[in-house]
Amino acid sequence: MLRYVLFRLLQVIPVFIGTTLLIYFMVFAMPGDPVLAMFGDKTPNPAQLERLRAQYHLDQPFLVQYFYYIKGVLVGDFGTSFSGQPVGEVLARTFPVTMKLAIIAIAIEFVLAVVIGLFSGIRKGKLFDNVNLIIALIMLSLPIFVIAFIAQYFFAIKLGWFRTTVGSGAPLQDLLLPGIVLGISLYATSMRLTRASVIDTLNQDFVRTAYSKGLSRGRVVPVHVLRNSLIPTITNTATDFGALMVGATVTEGIFNVPGVGNTLYQAIIRGENATVVSFVTVMVVVYLVVNLVVDLLYAVLDPRIRYA
Amino acid sequence: MPDSNSRKIPHFVAPVDEVPVLEVDAVRLKDKKSNLWLDAWRDMRVRPMFWISLVIIIVVIAMALFPTLFTQVDPRSCQLALSNKPPETGHPLGFTKQGCDIYSRIVHGTSTSLSVGLIVVTMTFLMGTVMGALSGYFGGKIDTVISRVGDIFFSIPYILAAIVVMSVMSAHRNVFVISLAIGAFAWPVTARILRAEVFRVKNADFVMASESLGLTKFKTLVKHVLPNSIAPVIVVTTLSLSSAIVAEAVLSFLGVGLPPAEFMSWGNDISAAQSDLRNAPQTLIYPSAALTITVLGFIMLGEVVRDALDPKARARR
Repeated sequence: MLRYVLFRLLQVIPVFIGTTLLIYFMVFAMPGDPVLAMFGDKTPNPAQLERLRAQYHLDQPFLVQYFYYIKGVLVGDFGTSFSGQPVGEVLARTFPVTMKLAIIAIAIEFVLAVVIGLFSGIRKGKLFDNVNLIIALIMLSLPIFVIAFIAQYFFAIKLGWFRTTVGSGAPLQDLLLPGIVLGISLYATSMRLTRASVIDTLNQDFVRTAYSKGLSRGRVVPVHVLRNSLIPTITNTATDFGALMVGATVTEGIFNVPGVGNTLYQAIIRGENATVVSFVTVMVVVYLVVNLVVDLLYAVLDPRIRYA
Repeated sequence: MPDSNSRKIPHFVAPVDEVPVLEVDAVRLKDKKSNLWLDAWRDMRVRPMFWISLVIIIVVIAMALFPTLFTQVDPRSCQLALSNKPPETGHPLGFTKQGCDIYSRIVHGTSTSLSVGLIVVTMTFLMGTVMGALSGYFGGKIDTVISRVGDIFFSIPYILAAIVVMSVMSAHRNVFVISLAIGAFAWPVTARILRAEVFRVKNADFVMASESLGLTKFKTLVKHVLPNSIAPVIVVTTLSLSSAIVAEAVLSFLGVGLPPAEFMSWGNDISAAQSDLRNAPQTLIYPSAALTITVLGFIMLGEVVRDALDPKARARR
């Protein structure tokens, strides 16, 4: 196990350096002078400009600037957003909300995926399976903002079951509607993976053995078939969780969820390109870490992975 | 995953005297010719989903190429007096907040979605095929370098990556730039799939035969290995067309897509209509429906192609 953890950690280092370097290079290539932008309409004197450039290491070559940035990231200094708040502080405030939303969404996705996928797989080619496949295709075709607007229009505006946008403090009942929207937008892929896996498992010898030794369907399906079919579903849900942790930008924006994604959304809308980029860099790092943790947990759960 | 096919071989000895051995192995010349692509076509053409998706795609392509066949109304002639007005004769879907004809804007916006989708897919196909083939066939150092570079691009969620690229390129947003922003981070998927497939194929006897006959490694790759390993790439490419179209709409919706003043795009129209969800939902619903139906068409095509080219998927149908 320790060997696997070390191996995986070593593997993530070049990817970490590569991704941050790539994004940092794009910022470096960004047109416009960030120091001049700090002064807005005022014209600063050249000495002031020089001092600020030196302070932010902007007079240094690209790789040195990058080195200073990474040094900052490693000690938890992610830079400052346009409004003067440290990016790290903004993230600390918004992250718990995003986490709550992600957990709701993932729970809905997983339950839908497993229940529907299992029944669809058992009843392959029957009416339920076919109807379900058509619904899944439609769900796959609906872009997330369309699902969000439909849900907002019917459940919040027409029926009044939920509030249209999330109130202050992000109470759980307000997060439910965006959570459902995200869960529905994600379930189709996981559901089809479950279905495919259930169909494959049903053809395995051990299932035939279980039936031939007289076990009932009520025992074979949940214990022998389902448990052995869940790995692809869990993998996909975990990947989705990683993606949600860095914020569902569109959904959080539409429902005004005070999370990581919405902060990014607001920064984009206000055209604060530098803030956008610094957020994205941190998010990519978070994404890498979440995926690493998921992979490691996975190795704990499934011995085949760590010995492969 | 264990190979399920090997388990299906029946474990009994066939009664030899029933069919003469030669006849079993004989090539039946009278039978129809067959190969992977012909089989795929025979499989696809009997599926209603294939024909439905084809109709949608043909209509979408026609709209993109000849928008004036579908509407005579100028999408840019807008009157504020008509803001959010319901449908009237000649304007079947009503008007946007700016007083523009919704139907005409949808028709004229088709080419944006479609061209972004096609450019992205062409880019990822070429890039993914070259990278995947090289790393799979030559292995060694080439494989290590390409795979690690691919890992870097693969680790950045593509919407986040595209947001950065579009923010950096804020002064030059056009169809090519947005396609590049989406496609630059999508090719590793294609490359990984092809790499695995080339790994599988390159040890086949016909590859060795080709090299023994004196063909160079490169010619063998292009003439024999690639044609035999391209099927999964075709599948993933067809499926990714729809994701590219959605990605363009999402970026435009977020406001980092194509500038609304210059480009007509469904994403832009949906974005502009979102504040009127309460009082004029039709301005939002029609462009969303156009987007959804187009994406559905391409997803269904991808499904049918996958079922036709992937025998495992076919078995699960």
